[in-house]
Amino acid sequence: MTWVCLDGNDAAARVAYSLSEVLAIYPITPASPMGEAVDAWSGTDRPNLWGEVPTVVEMQSEAGAAGALHGAIQAGALGSTFTASQGLLLMVPNMFKIAGELTPTVIHVAARAVATHALSIFGDHSDVMSTRSTGFAMLASSSVQEAHDLALVSHAATLRCRVPFLHFFDGFRTSHEIGKITVLEPEHLRALVREQDVTAHRDRGLSPEHPVVRGTAQNPDVFFASREGANPFYAAVPGVVTEVMDELAVLVGRRYRLVEYVGDPEAERVVVLMGSAVGAVTEVVDALRADGEKVGAVVVRLFRPFPSDEVAAAIPSTARAVAVMDRTKEPGAPAEPLYLDVLSALHAAGRSDLPLVGARYGLGSAELRPRDVKALLDHLGAPHRAGSVTLGITDDLSGTSLPVDDSFRVPSRAVQAVFYGLGSDGTVGANKTAITIIGEQTDLYAQGYFVYDSKKAGSVTVSHLRFGPDPIRSTYLVEDDTADFVACHQFSLLERIDVLAAARPRATFLLNSPYPADEVWDHLPAEVQQQVLDKSLDLWVIDAHRVARRLGLGARINTVMQPCFFALSSVLPEQAALEALKDAVRSRYAKRGPSVVERNLAAIDASLEQLRHVSVPTEVTGGPRPRLTVPADAAAFLTDVTVPLIAGQGAGLPVSLLPADGTYPTGTARLEKRALARDLPMWDPSICIDCGKCAIVCPHAAIRTKVFESDLLAGAPEGYQSKPYRDRTLVDHVLTVQVAPDDCTGCGICVDVCPARSKEDASHKALDLVPAGERRDVERPRWDFFLSRPEVDRAAVRRETVKGSQLLQPLFEFSGACSGCGETPYVKLVSQLFGDRMVVANATGCSSIYGGNLPTTPWAPGADGRGPAWSNSLFEDNAEFGLGLRLGIDAHTDQARRLLSELGPWLGDELVSALLLSDQQDEAEIARQRVRIEALRQRIARLVDEGDSDERLPRLALLADNLVRRSVWAMGGDGWAYDIGFGGLDQVLSSGADINVLVMDTEVYSNTGGQASKATPRGATAKFAVAGKSSAKKDLGAFARAYGNVYVAQVALGANEIQTVRALVEADAWRGPSLVIAYSTCIAHGIDMATSMTHQKDAVASGYWELYRYHPAEGEHTVPFHLDSKAPTQPLRDFLLAETRFSALARSDPTRARALFSLAQQDVSERRRYYEQLAAVQRTMAHTVADPDELPESADEEVE
Amino acid sequence: MGPDLTTQYLGLALRSPLVASAGPLTGRVETLQALQDAGVAAVVLPSLFEEEVEEDPLRLSDRLDTGVGTFAEATGDTGFFPDLDFDDLGPGVHLRLVEDAKSALEVPVIASVNARSAGAWVRYARMLADAGADAIELNLYDVVTDPDEDADAVEDRVNAAVRAVRSELSVPLAVKISPFYSALPALACRIAEEGADGLVLFNRFYQPDIDLDTLGVSASVALSHPSEVRLPLRWIGILRPLLPGMSLAATSGVHTGTEVVKVLLAGADVAMMTSALLRNGPAHVGQVEAELVAWMSEHEYSSVRQMRGSVSYRTAPDRASYERAQYIRTLSSYLLDHALGGAHGQ
Repeated sequence: MTWVCLDGNDAAARVAYSLSEVLAIYPITPASPMGEAVDAWSGTDRPNLWGEVPTVVEMQSEAGAAGALHGAIQAGALGSTFTASQGLLLMVPNMFKIAGELTPTVIHVAARAVATHALSIFGDHSDVMSTRSTGFAMLASSSVQEAHDLALVSHAATLRCRVPFLHFFDGFRTSHEIGKITVLEPEHLRALVREQDVTAHRDRGLSPEHPVVRGTAQNPDVFFASREGANPFYAAVPGVVTEVMDELAVLVGRRYRLVEYVGDPEAERVVVLMGSAVGAVTEVVDALRADGEKVGAVVVRLFRPFPSDEVAAAIPSTARAVAVMDRTKEPGAPAEPLYLDVLSALHAAGRSDLPLVGARYGLGSAELRPRDVKALLDHLGAPHRAGSVTLGITDDLSGTSLPVDDSFRVPSRAVQAVFYGLGSDGTVGANKTAITIIGEQTDLYAQGYFVYDSKKAGSVTVSHLRFGPDPIRSTYLVEDDTADFVACHQFSLLERIDVLAAARPRATFLLNSPYPADEVWDHLPAEVQQQVLDKSLDLWVIDAHRVARRLGLGARINTVMQPCFFALSSVLPEQAALEALKDAVRSRYAKRGPSVVERNLAAIDASLEQLRHVSVPTEVTGGPRPRLTVPADAAAFLTDVTVPLIAGQGAGLPVSLLPADGTYPTGTARLEKRALARDLPMWDPSICIDCGKCAIVCPHAAIRTKVFESDLLAGAPEGYQSKPYRDRTLVDHVLTVQVAPDDCTGCGICVDVCPARSKEDASHKALDLVPAGERRDVERPRWDFFLSRPEVDRAAVRRETVKGSQLLQPLFEFSGACSGCGETPYVKLVSQLFGDRMVVANATGCSSIYGGNLPTTPWAPGADGRGPAWSNSLFEDNAEFGLGLRLGIDAHTDQARRLLSELGPWLGDELVSALLLSDQQDEAEIARQRVRIEALRQRIARLVDEGDSDERLPRLALLADNLVRRSVWAMGGDGWAYDIGFGGLDQVLSSGADINVLVMDTEVYSNTGGQASKATPRGATAKFAVAGKSSAKKDLGAFARAYGNVYVAQVALGANEIQTVRALVEADAWRGPSLVIAYSTCIAHGIDMATSMTHQKDAVASGYWELYRYHPAEGEHTVPFHLDSKAPTQPLRDFLLAETRFSALARSDPTRARALFSLAQQDVSERRRYYEQLAAVQRTMAHTVADPDELPESADEEVE
Repeated sequence: MGPDLTTQYLGLALRSPLVASAGPLTGRVETLQALQDAGVAAVVLPSLFEEEVEEDPLRLSDRLDTGVGTFAEATGDTGFFPDLDFDDLGPGVHLRLVEDAKSALEVPVIASVNARSAGAWVRYARMLADAGADAIELNLYDVVTDPDEDADAVEDRVNAAVRAVRSELSVPLAVKISPFYSALPALACRIAEEGADGLVLFNRFYQPDIDLDTLGVSASVALSHPSEVRLPLRWIGILRPLLPGMSLAATSGVHTGTEVVKVLLAGADVAMMTSALLRNGPAHVGQVEAELVAWMSEHEYSSVRQMRGSVSYRTAPDRASYERAQYIRTLSSYLLDHALGGAHGQ
């Protein structure tokens, strides 16, 4: 028996891979790791059970993956796929087909919430429940071991019974939980997957040797009757699954049943459930039984076909009340699905009188703690039971939640540990290693679960580890006051997070501290000191960053912190632990070269030498934690909801406070003062040349330029910096370049692009990076003063220039995107240019996460309250969603214009014609139009006041704002535009509608962790293109240009700011569809992100990325294609090798890299040649001709 | 029958004095093969730089780990990049090149190393020797910027490196130095005493350049010019009589048979080329050899051995030409010519 530590995804994927010939995949959280794993295994020629290497194909969407899977299995191959949430929904049409054709396959689902009022990447069963009617059999795993075992049961059973299987386990809780399991051996797989079933499946495959037609269209005469023919197959499923489970039990000793009962055989109170919550529920059942309570739980494994008899039989006859737990919500339904199934089963068994309670829980990975389960079991015994309750939330709106005993804990022999770290410091990786060492080198059981916040830059991670002599069933986070060990890997987190809440009395507290043991106490916040004293914690410190820096390991302190954990936790003898850690380092880093291994080994040795015990004083000496404050006049919502969300207290918010439709205020990111930067830019006005480059490239809108009249400098804080602004219009104005000290991430891009150097000292620029510690206090009052100065009059600046555009207020600020993100400068720029009249459709992806993931949003209103209105529909439909927004707005604009025309005589012809004829081509005219609208409203109000009862007047007042031209932007990444949403994008571009599409092309699926898209260039390595992508990047612009009436631009802000600004302005001005493809550097490229923007210069100089604008026009001799980049001056190879995604291939497979780079050079050269020719091609856009006589006679009618 | 081109270098018998020094063409088996086919007598592989083999993997590792475990949708253990195998990270690529070159070539393969500490010199030299290198070239490529480090300390470091490698390794050892030592003959003699078998004169540093657009300083390679051969020519001429048993290699500015002839006359055992081969391709070796043969035939030299050092500091008809006096004469004649509008001034 082999014990290993795996997560649920890995556990399921191993089986699927071994038992498949074709795997069609597409990334979606939390199922992506399954696809990544099988792709990686296929890439290294790992064989399946039959010695063949499965074919793994990445498709353009889950719909594509399901279609490819359908085809593969129809050809008689063994196939499988992996998905979740919206991805599963995209598979539904094919699932009906696959099941209807009785074709064996297994879809493994890391079950996740389906987006409703909001997107959630986290776990529940709403996706699975949406596919109940497809005809797939459904098998639920509730632990990592089960995800492994039931994956096999699914694959074996589907081949025996021909009904396809959906095997699901809870997203994150199971898919990402690392557990210690025993793995199935090939002989186990071989025994259960019978060759005769495989042969029968292959024989049914479509073949010209024995041709058939399958998938006919049927008429009313036979369709229904044929459909009923499937019944015997479904009737057989429970028996087949039982049979396979029994065979598995004989082989491996782990016995599963369709339905299992846990608890008192004479239980009076029983819960029925499926999924990961089984762990927590069975813990509580055991704990309560130990206290003599008669409780039990029914675990459903086979959900479809629903084993009604078995479920009814499993509920003890002694039961007096039953709760059915559903991890989904069906608004408007009499109850949730499992409840209704249990109700039906009890009815069929003649037990209709047994009282049932429906309990919703765990939507979007909401925690289900033992106390919540106890509350439910207590409720079953209460005299007055509700028919439907919720667990784990506070529902003060509908009163569905139950009273909870917060002190309730289940006894456990497991050691529990919690680690706080940053995403960038390697804490999660370290803990995965720790779990693996403990799990695989001792007899202890082990569990690891990891929580991330919503940010990409400076994200906080919390690792929850358990290990102990008993199998670990605790499917919830380590609870307050129960952790035996707490580690804080970043000292600054002590100021933001209550890291010691988890600590039990006398727990060990390990702190990575820049202060030595004899000084650290006075640097701890008072709250932390109090907890240390109250809980008598054993405090240890180490300066891990110093050790890591000395060894050249940068910010990654994992190999320094890990030995401390082992030394202090004593879970293993110290020497054995160190040896195991060193083995892990050797195994993890062997591929990276001896120096990497040596430095990490040295880190382990240096670690314990630096670990120090702290003699804890008896007095609290520290100051209080800084508190998050909101402006005194802030809306109550911010205080009541946003601030607790930022503080990590969202789980305690009651239902009544949370917007049911998912509508939130904008402008909230400015409340989060995360102070992430280690260095801040410092401005020297004496050498600044007012170019605005620093502001335009800033990914976080954290360095800004503002001009205002010089007399407004009055009252400026001491040392406030400004310089005279040189401008013909804005005379007597001063300019300030100001950093937002608590919002800057310190990425350094502004300093990198700053072109102004001191004449005397070339190392000194107008912006230099200096340590943040020295600057923050200096810059804070300056920033506040800067913000308090009025914004410049939009009509007074030339917005189509770099410096002019940067005087406009960013209405997208302080996003949580990665430090140095290449996307956000574009978003910010668009918000500056059009934000006050802009509506955004945002495709799911990085931009929807940094744009709209709670707790806050970077989208913000300006001083006048106007700002971008933003929404995210889905990943796949964003262009269509944007078009819909356009159509909706246009409908209202048209109505307003019609009403204006109709009511002109009453409203004043002069005003009305000015309103109707305004071209709104510049800011000044937009401002005038707004003045007219205000005048219009006043006139309407006057007419109404005077007793005019024309119902059109209030309608016009309501719609009048639509008379300002709305700028509709559909934005997203290349995964959306090139792949999953391409069909829709094409449709929208063909529509002729006035919609602007911004594609932030990172050339990879950035948000889900770096999978190849059709934008991925040839020769780049990415997940799903492990050996380097062999095909060339798709020329998305070419598709759009083909229409002839679509404005198309390809831009790279870092290479040419003014071309980017011009393209965006032209796109907005174009009264038809516009597509702007924006080169966006990304951490997935493997570059130094501080040079993110200057790197774009090299991209253009090497011909890797061409800049152009395709401006359709009606003139007969116009040349619409403007090639804005010069002929390449650098070899492509030099550019490629500066990026890890290419250079990694050059190092891992130099021969292939040479071949692919050579082809890539040809791609670039040929494209250049083609574009140069295009730049001379005349093309006239179809347009209405004024004189009908010019047209051929046959066309007259159409013109009229 | 043509003249005898054979020569001895570091105790290795070479078919001619034409050696390809470390450069891009000696970094790949295909071009090494082409060089051999063109007649090159030995090859020096690109230097293994300690910083490169140690720091480069660390940088790569850091990049590969960017974003690992940062946010909930990108939780893979491999970050944003697939889990690739890098067999050749660190010294591996150099060692494999030595192995591949040895198995592909018949001519001697000399491996080059540049390290910082004595321990690292030995460590990497041994790796290269174990991989099969016929000889090791210690590439003393160093720019001293520390005002607290005096000339003695710098030279002690050089000698310590040679001593350390010599005491641990038995393969022939060449030492490639820069011309920027105040007392080169003394240093050369010390290097010989420490047990080196030959000297390679000289290193051409990657000299920095200033980008007038960005005001940044960039290091780029500039190919040599034939006039640069005069520097090694002088010092080989001076060192040859001082170190009669020591191999001397001339490198920098060897572009045609003319420079080869000159350095051999001054006392070199071999002439090394990089720039000319990069500019003209590996086949250029054949032309240089033909030029050498033609000169030797025309001037009735029967062997390279005969030429070696025949116009050295000791044997030159006018030994002062190797010294400072010659500089003064040259300069004054230049000024004179210039004043008179002569050829030098054109």
